[in-house]
Amino acid sequence: MTIIAGGLIIVGGLFYGLGGLGILRMPDVYNRAQAGTKATTLGTLSTILGLMILHPDWIPRLLLIMVFIVVTNPIGSSTLLRNAFIQGVKPVEGTLMDDFSLPSRKEDQA
Amino acid sequence: MKARKWLGLFVASLVVWILLAGATWEELILGTIVSAVVAFVFGQSSLYVLNAKWLIRMLLFLIFYLPVFVIELIRANIDVMVRVLHPKLPINPGFVKVPTKLKGDQAKLMLANSITLTPGTITLDADENHLYVHWIDVQRVDGNVNPLAVSEPFERVLGRIFS
Amino acid sequence: MMEIIFFVLVALGLASGGYRLMKGPSAFDRIVGLDTVNIILVGVLLVISHLLQSSLYLDIALVFAILAFMETIVFSKYIGGAK
Repeated sequence: MTIIAGGLIIVGGLFYGLGGLGILRMPDVYNRAQAGTKATTLGTLSTILGLMILHPDWIPRLLLIMVFIVVTNPIGSSTLLRNAFIQGVKPVEGTLMDDFSLPSRKEDQA
Repeated sequence: MKARKWLGLFVASLVVWILLAGATWEELILGTIVSAVVAFVFGQSSLYVLNAKWLIRMLLFLIFYLPVFVIELIRANIDVMVRVLHPKLPINPGFVKVPTKLKGDQAKLMLANSITLTPGTITLDADENHLYVHWIDVQRVDGNVNPLAVSEPFERVLGRIFS
Repeated sequence: MMEIIFFVLVALGLASGGYRLMKGPSAFDRIVGLDTVNIILVGVLLVISHLLQSSLYLDIALVFAILAFMETIVFSKYIGGAK
């Protein structure tokens, strides 16, 4: 059981490292956020699963952290990329954008 | 109607309290008092109403949707891993407008979050009938972009749960 | 043994995140770097709570996760948003 838990935690660390490598190597903000968000979310999930096996009495609090990360991490990067697009951050050469534009909102008119 | 709003917030706060502090008698009593105060103060601005329909939906959601989601999440990460470690960085990005038939804020939030966490796509924005998506590897069918490939696996399950 | 491998891999992620945080061409690149570093630090706090056998660090990790989310939202709303 300890070996499985250790393996899960190491897989979590592997995904953290890959997420970092992803935001280092990708060419523009949009692709960087893709790599960063996905890899760190699964990394956290895997680390928490490993800790749940090691410490069964911590399960409620770990569950709370897990749900919070899975719900909020995508929302954060969506907001970030939406604002980057509105501010006109250029995507990398060769990005397909045939007349793509975001819907305008009332709070953007300030 | 108003009492229902308070009840939903009260139950949610109490569940979080129990998860954080454990379920001994002292904690339960203190948690009930604190949750009641929170529900009383913030009950006006709560959006969720607790009733049997909502509970059944959540149960269906946990049973049928979670396995699909976890499998897609793992696939997404293997996909990202291959792309990041590949020496030539094989990406073919694009912005795509994805039509969706789902109604209701909860269903659309779930769909947008799921799209963000699954292979190669991230949601930028949503309105009544479309999601605005950045796609890391645009797939084409006969030279045309095929936006339905993004949302298809989730939309089937979510449509059945939230209708 | 497990901790050493975990922390070596995490150091790789933190170093790349920190590089992007300092060097990123646009402000949004920096926020992406900050977000990644924050989530990685939540994982590090969780593993530290296992190493020290103290559940106190779990509460710190939870609060840190909440603050990380707030940081991302507030920074991106402050820099971006209205054009």
